Amino acid sequence: MTGVDPRYRGIAFEDRMATVDFRVSPRPHITVDSEVCRSCTTKACVHACPANLFVPTAEGGILFNYEQCFECGTCYQVCDAEGAITWTYPDGGQGVVFRKG
Amino acid sequence: MDEPGGYAGPASKSAVVSDDSRAFDVVVVGAGPAGSASALEVARAGYTVALVERGPYPGAKNVYGGVVYGRILDELVPGWWERMPVQRWVTRRATMIMTPTQALTVDMRAQDWGRPPYNGATAYRADLDAWLADQAVAAGAVLIPATVATGLLRGPDGSVAGVRTDRPDGDLTASVVIACDGVNSFLAKEAGMYPAENVAEHTTLGVKETIALPREVIDERFGLSGRDGADIEMIGCTRGIPGGGFLYTNLESVSLGVVVGLTGLAAAKVRPEELIADLKEHPAIAPLVRGGTLQEYSAHLIPEGGYRSMPELVGDGMLVAGDAAAMCLAAGIWLEGVNFALGAGMYAGRAAAAALRSGDTSKSGLAAYRTMLEDSFVLADHRKLRKVPDLVLSQRVQADYPGLLCDLVQGLFTVENPAPKPGLRRLLRLGTRAHGVRRRDLVRDALVGLRSFG
Ligand SMILES: Cc1cc2nc3c(=O)[nH]c(=O)nc-3n(C[C@H](O)[C@H](O)[C@H](O)COP(=O)(O)OP(=O)(O)OC[C@H]3O[C@@H](n4cnc5c(N)ncnc54)[C@H](O)[C@@H]3O)c2cc1C
Ligand code: SF4
Ligand code: SF4
Repeated sequence: MTGVDPRYRGIAFEDRMATVDFRVSPRPHITVDSEVCRSCTTKACVHACPANLFVPTAEGGILFNYEQCFECGTCYQVCDAEGAITWTYPDGGQGVVFRKG
Repeated sequence: MDEPGGYAGPASKSAVVSDDSRAFDVVVVGAGPAGSASALEVARAGYTVALVERGPYPGAKNVYGGVVYGRILDELVPGWWERMPVQRWVTRRATMIMTPTQALTVDMRAQDWGRPPYNGATAYRADLDAWLADQAVAAGAVLIPATVATGLLRGPDGSVAGVRTDRPDGDLTASVVIACDGVNSFLAKEAGMYPAENVAEHTTLGVKETIALPREVIDERFGLSGRDGADIEMIGCTRGIPGGGFLYTNLESVSLGVVVGLTGLAAAKVRPEELIADLKEHPAIAPLVRGGTLQEYSAHLIPEGGYRSMPELVGDGMLVAGDAAAMCLAAGIWLEGVNFALGAGMYAGRAAAAALRSGDTSKSGLAAYRTMLEDSFVLADHRKLRKVPDLVLSQRVQADYPGLLCDLVQGLFTVENPAPKPGLRRLLRLGTRAHGVRRRDLVRDALVGLRSFG
């Protein structure tokens, strides 16, 4: 059991993401090179990613999982480090499926 | 995996084709409003057109606030209001200027907007985009969903000659490619049409909650009946991060969201959904949304730079329309992108058809596109309002003026007997001092506002 982070007043982040339909593709469409992230001082992705997919690790790197991604593009735009993020769209028909967008 | 052109992303690359025969006259990439309008016009003109969409259906990847302004549809799909999948007709439009504990609202109700030809309508993108794509298909366009355009094909002379896709044998050759691939537009970037500068500066992130509430509850809380709907725009509700908020009514849900500048968001170290949580607790918003259930959380980028941030719109064998060309109008009281995308797409389709007719699909053969845009609202509005995005996203408009205005009006309405009523001038003096507003900034901003909106 994880407690509700007080920042997400009213709704746990997992529950928030559970409202979204994802057709998860076997291919990770975004990959993050944690080695590059270790020397990043801003860690801008951590706060900016609306799906909260960038998790800082104890070693100063980033743990990333592509599965619940909105494919918005925020992360590659706020990241200044060359080579940290490899960003592509998921293959056709896969990834996020909005119904009330 | 790194095969050139294998996947659509910032690093996608072109491939060269030599064959002169083309599978389609036109390939349109992206079945959003811009793409479907383009494909519709090309098909109407009698040319073959493929409409490529990466989502499993049109609208699956798309998020907006939710209001469509219909005037451009009068020309594109006459009688649209009898057939478009609408949630509510917007008869009430409000702009709310906020501080954490205050809200000053300009609230306009117009019953004219609730009958034909209508003004704005709320609709879900999954419904709206699918319906728009249906219009194109009915006119003869070929919709190819669940397919990513991964890069451009080039002819021997370097002109654009189609797109690669992620389907096996997925090259689609065409005389003209119309890139309607939205805000990230990897195709326009690959074609070199965007200047190499920091795009994050004029890109904002929109996050939205669709919150289910019973229809009668919405009617009561927003003072609505029948299919009437409300639209509230907010400023001053984003903890000083440049941006704003919105609250729109659907039939049995409301859409509540915030839009914030990427650079400001990254610097503020605030998570976007926290800003929505703020709104849900704000005294002016909480009573409108309480008790609702979260139906869907969503996020999408918006190109907010306007006129000054647009890429080149015409290339050899290529046109760019809609968000792909930063044509979304985001200027404070206005957040209009769908109508601009529809207009641009329509003109792009017409320009492509005219170029095909004359047998010249080079940059000069397609140049009429720009002229049509300049002569219409699409570029006329953007040119007129070109200074507004910077003004709206400035610290003054974001934080200083909302506080100043709210204090000013609160001061006017607070009864302080036995103290005599304060004069407006005194309140203004106190307010400008308290909020660190310099008179000359106020005057200058007022002038920019007057010149832009006047
Ligand atoms: C939070 C928010 C609120 C907004 N509120 C409003 C509002 O209330 N009213 C309004 O008018 N506008 C609003 N907008 C703006 C509006 O959504 C956009 O301006 C509009 O959708 C632009 O239409 P488009 O066709 O250019 O692009 P999009 O609607 O983004 O369509 C692009 C399409 O291309 C597809 N695509 C992209 N790349 C590829 C590829 N490589 N291969 C195949 N397909 C691809 C996408 O899946 C998508 O379907 C809002 C935007 C946001 C984010
Ligand atoms: S992805 Fe970019 S912004 Fe995020 S930690 Fe790595 S280098 Fe920094
Ligand atoms: S594309 Fe958007 S949702 Fe996906 S990881 Fe990047 S910031 Fe997060």
